[in-house]
Amino acid sequence: MPRHDDRSLAGGGTRVGRATSRWTLSPALLRFRRSHEFWLLAVILVLSLALSLATDSFLTLQNLFDLLTSNAFVGILASGLLVVLIAGGIDISFTATASVAQYVALTIGIRQGFGWFALFAVAGSVGVLCGLINAIFITKLRISSIIVSIATLNIFYGLLIVSTGGKYITSLPKFFRDGIAWFEHDDANGMPYALNLQILVLVLAFIAAWLLLNRTNVGRQIYAMGGNKDAAQRLGFHVLRLNILVYGYLGFVAGIASLVQAQLAQSVTPTVLVGKELDVLAAVVLGGASLTGGVGSVFGAILGVTLLAILQNGLVLLGISSYWNQWFVGLTILCAVSITAWSERRRRAAKAIN
Amino acid sequence: MANLLDVHAISKHFGGVVALRDVDLSLRAGEVHCLVGENGSGKSTLIKILSGVLHPEPGGRIVIEGREYPHLNPVQSTACGIQVIYQDLSLFPNLTVAENIAVAGHLGAARLVNWRTLRMTADAAMARIGASLDPDARVEDLSIANRQLVAICRAMAADAKLVIMDEPTASLTRHEVDALVRLVADLKRAGICIVFVSHRLDEVMEIAERVTVLRDGAKVGEFPAREMDDKKLAMLMTGKAFAYRTRETDLAKSKMVLSVSHLTRAGQYEDISLDIRAGEIVGLTGLLGSGRTELALSLFGMNRPTSGEIRLDGKPLALKTNAQAIEGGIAYVSEDRLNLGLVLEQPISSNILVTVLDKLPSRLGLVAEETRRRTARKWIEDLAIKAPNPDNAVRTLSGGNQQRVVLAKWMATQPRLLILDSPTVGVDIAAKDGIYEVVRELASKGVAILLISDEIPEVFYHAHRVLVMRRGRLTGECVPHGSSEEELQAMVDA
Repeated sequence: MPRHDDRSLAGGGTRVGRATSRWTLSPALLRFRRSHEFWLLAVILVLSLALSLATDSFLTLQNLFDLLTSNAFVGILASGLLVVLIAGGIDISFTATASVAQYVALTIGIRQGFGWFALFAVAGSVGVLCGLINAIFITKLRISSIIVSIATLNIFYGLLIVSTGGKYITSLPKFFRDGIAWFEHDDANGMPYALNLQILVLVLAFIAAWLLLNRTNVGRQIYAMGGNKDAAQRLGFHVLRLNILVYGYLGFVAGIASLVQAQLAQSVTPTVLVGKELDVLAAVVLGGASLTGGVGSVFGAILGVTLLAILQNGLVLLGISSYWNQWFVGLTILCAVSITAWSERRRRAAKAIN
Repeated sequence: MANLLDVHAISKHFGGVVALRDVDLSLRAGEVHCLVGENGSGKSTLIKILSGVLHPEPGGRIVIEGREYPHLNPVQSTACGIQVIYQDLSLFPNLTVAENIAVAGHLGAARLVNWRTLRMTADAAMARIGASLDPDARVEDLSIANRQLVAICRAMAADAKLVIMDEPTASLTRHEVDALVRLVADLKRAGICIVFVSHRLDEVMEIAERVTVLRDGAKVGEFPAREMDDKKLAMLMTGKAFAYRTRETDLAKSKMVLSVSHLTRAGQYEDISLDIRAGEIVGLTGLLGSGRTELALSLFGMNRPTSGEIRLDGKPLALKTNAQAIEGGIAYVSEDRLNLGLVLEQPISSNILVTVLDKLPSRLGLVAEETRRRTARKWIEDLAIKAPNPDNAVRTLSGGNQQRVVLAKWMATQPRLLILDSPTVGVDIAAKDGIYEVVRELASKGVAILLISDEIPEVFYHAHRVLVMRRGRLTGECVPHGSSEEELQAMVDA
């Protein structure tokens, strides 16, 4: 059988996807250099370098440790929201889900004398249940996911506030207040450091999302469905099952994150989590995930969370009024997204000319 | 040799409407077969039955490789090696070439991805048809032709014995079509049966053995592809013969509608003078870049001339915007029907009425539903738009009927002058005929028509007079009656 060069099919166009460069980079590296993640990483490195030079306190073990711990909640949620965005959906109800899961798990947990495992199991289950409700409305009734999740955000949150009267839970069990501290050691100033609950769960959450998206067949189905839903249906993908998985997964992650946050705050406040959903969404989108689905990576989400965390931390360290905080965050998102869109357009234009 | 696939007496109704009636089809291994018919002839219903998505009514039989399938379902159809490549190709733009080809692997029983197996599947499929695409390239970065190649590879990876391709050449360049034809010849040699589904005479018919023609849900017949030509196929598809004669009408006494004198726009066209009378169809032709579209846009107020004069019904017009042109009674239907303001997702009625909403009788600015309905229905009937319901989205109509909706939209403004820029690009011969009929009717109602086209026969047979434009100037005029196509062609090429 004669070979067809794809060049002939492309009508004299260049061979796609394997460009030559002045530098001899491997194709994988070359792809990375053109990616959204590459630019994010570069910005993060430049920003970190600048902050390290401008302040004494940025590049210290204590600051990095604090950064990780205090951004764990947003990071864990980002790993879950990423999965939903890749599947072509969106969900903003997860902060309400987290509030409910937190309250239910700790109320029952205190009464029954639960340990860590049981607490996480209850919080995770409540989260999955909330996610399931979203998935069923979105898939069965084909309502747009943003609308469903706006509604469920209010329903979950409203129910919680009405039934609790907005009361705090402050008397948490001792083991919970103590948290965990693995590999404990002291730094030069005698400050103790350890692998705490926040960092542990944060790392596990990103590993889990990465495994799900890149190593399982169902993860690849999620990418495919996000890229072309009609084609996925034609090929026999089980859309309802996939939606239950992604929204359930985000719910589960929200449940887990809620306990991590409660441990850090040392209390349960029903009103404190709702409102953070846009921060999480911003971080994931900054990380390159597309609101139209099919695009995004765990590495990108990590970078998105990192950039926003460093930016906010840097402003504090530089002593800039916290009122400027949001302004900078907004500007960063707008710039990052514009640069990506612009470079994508340029790439396409260059290809059209070829 | 036994047939790869035989279907006998397949029928399907949707509600009371016949989609297929007693249709037979037989396909052999290693054959290229064309399935043609107009929109609504039952082609897609037949494909859906072959792919197991729809079930035929009792009495029909489906036999694949000697085995009868009373209830063919999608899984069985795939297992029998039937693969359909839809016009949109159903690829995942965000995934790599390799993953798109081997995507079925993700649906298997295994929980974890085996990237090595996936890559081997993709490589093997590409090797089978001799494609050399970069397996790591993302599909969205490929040309349409290469995407089609990926879709064919995916069918190969699924061990296809029968590949059904829906309108495969619709968005390919001539060059790409040639490559596809070579590829199909290879598939044929490898014993794979290929079915092309189309509503027009395709280039791929050159390598087809047989053509099956459907009309209104019934099989017209099966013909050797060698004996087919454009006219014969159109005749079989529509049951009508299309022969045109030049037009001869004495319009000397008719009122002058448009008169343009010494119109110039620096750098685009120069010193254009032309007249169009009521009921007259004036053709305007010329090579691409001759300035004809620019001139048309000037007449529609979207491209201000530097000097010269435009008179409509004897009154001078200073056109600054197209709103003024519409107000003055000029309508313009541009080249690409999908881009001329049809909102495909909106109902047919809204699309027709959008230009006249503020002229319909209203109370406090609200138009009564009844008035809307009546007006829309009138235009749908006047222009013979085949639409079961004016509330259906325009998207559900065939190309030819969409084109008529565009005409209806402009006719609703009751124009004095209608400018048609390449009105029949991309529509099949029967739909073209429908459009010509509408244009003739409009002219007979006294509308002045400027018909711009690349196609010499189009202007020759459908205009009373043809003007030839070259490098921004009018260089010739031809009255088709008493002249010949060759003569007009010579004027264009001069």
